[in-house]
Amino acid sequence: MAEWLKNVEPLTLKGQIAVPYTWWVGETGSRFLISLRDDQKILGTRCKACGTVYVPPRKNCGRCFVDIDEWVDVADEGVIEGYTIVHYAYPVQPVKPPFAYVLIKLDGTDVGFLHLIKNDLGRIKNGLRVKAKFKGERTGSILDIDSFELI
Amino acid sequence: MGRRVAIVGTGQTYHKSHRPDVTSREMINEAVTVALADAELTIRDIDAIVIGNMDHFESINYVDAYSVEGSGGVMKPIMKVSTGGTTGATVAIAAYYHVASGLFERVLAIGFEKNSESDTTGAIITCSDPVWDRFSYSGAIPSLATEATAYMEKYGATQEDAALIGERDRNNAMNNPFAHLHRPLSVADIMNSPMLAYPIKLGDICPRSDGACACVLAADGVAQKIAKRPAWFKAAAVRHTYTWFGDSTDYNKGLVSMQRASKDAYAQAGITKPVDEIDVAELYLPYTWAGLKWIEDIGFCGPGEAAKFVGERNTHMGGKIPINPSGGVISTNCIGATALLRVAEAAIQVMGKGGARQVPDVKNALATGFGGCFWSDVVILSTERP
Repeated sequence: MAEWLKNVEPLTLKGQIAVPYTWWVGETGSRFLISLRDDQKILGTRCKACGTVYVPPRKNCGRCFVDIDEWVDVADEGVIEGYTIVHYAYPVQPVKPPFAYVLIKLDGTDVGFLHLIKNDLGRIKNGLRVKAKFKGERTGSILDIDSFELI
Repeated sequence: MGRRVAIVGTGQTYHKSHRPDVTSREMINEAVTVALADAELTIRDIDAIVIGNMDHFESINYVDAYSVEGSGGVMKPIMKVSTGGTTGATVAIAAYYHVASGLFERVLAIGFEKNSESDTTGAIITCSDPVWDRFSYSGAIPSLATEATAYMEKYGATQEDAALIGERDRNNAMNNPFAHLHRPLSVADIMNSPMLAYPIKLGDICPRSDGACACVLAADGVAQKIAKRPAWFKAAAVRHTYTWFGDSTDYNKGLVSMQRASKDAYAQAGITKPVDEIDVAELYLPYTWAGLKWIEDIGFCGPGEAAKFVGERNTHMGGKIPINPSGGVISTNCIGATALLRVAEAAIQVMGKGGARQVPDVKNALATGFGGCFWSDVVILSTERP
């Protein structure tokens, strides 16, 4: 760095780009979200080739690379497979810290379901059972499930 | 197999939290100039360029075009490759494919990042699916923290076990004049640093750096004329698993993409006992726990054995398989360049140009890249022409 630059405030140009997006959820994802919104029911799909039950549902199996068309009802309860307790605040976080991100294996499924736990953070451990708590006002989003609670 | 390829020159900038004295393209030029000088070539000798950085980081969409003055890409075949955290290793591997194909003799691989110019977390969350995963897991820390808790609960590893990785890498950085953080950090320092997302504390995680790196790759027949001791590609492997965090993270099973990529790389290189046959490793370890769990996935020790393996100083300088003589990602993290730095540092070790950070008598060096939703690149370089 040149000597003279050390003696002045280096110049910057401030900028911010706020670009709005509209993401189409698609047929498969929409059926899942509408079920959350209208029936408070969690749905999954099963790959006929490998038998994997996915939640949220997939239109095709990445591993087998075949279409999936079989829907299955999934329990609103499951087991914690992994977690972290977040202590730092950041604007895009869905709730104020401290809270937990958890990967939950819902009964009858084969993959982790990513969601939140807000209470009993000190008691969280892998292997504990949890149950979904739905919001009163639901809009057709993954956050129509407010969070999961320890059973 | 394609044509044999070697790295014949490397260049990197010094690294800082911010570089107010240069723009990205000027910073790129610093690394390119050093790499060309290291290979004793000029830009006229370069047939093609592969360049990469993180999408959304500097909000410059076409960096291949934006950077031509700095990269030397004016009126040359140049391509941008961007694969998240693995970008730098993918850039190196894409440049390797260019030369191995027989279409180009001498190719430049470039990675760069000016983390100081953007909101790293705000940019990084665009890697996750907007409908399903983006509401949570903001940034890299929570997903890594989830992996760490799973590892702790399965194998009983402690936060101190992980902190030793940070102490090791930050001490190694003292030998690297290019490293960003030139201040040793002890296990106690890391244990006393603020908790971000359990069990990751501030001292467990990589910094945000500004910097650039470039490597010159050359074909068999050309490489031997350029470099006294070329760093030959023995293996290059890329593996992606899934994009859904819930799918890619059977955290108790391990980092599957790293297991598969390293298995492929060992097969390509004819390596059966990694710890005995590899002399040094430059691993993309963005947080301390990776230095435990991922060295199991890469086969340096068995599942659950890493805390003991590292605790017995097998991975320290002078140990059985020194990891990150450069100080690694914990000390320097200009993200789009980070994985290329791993490849460049491995090449430096093979070429014997490591100065104070040189491991004696290196024949084989292994480098990794890690990124996004738990995917992996592995490169093995060697003094021995394959």
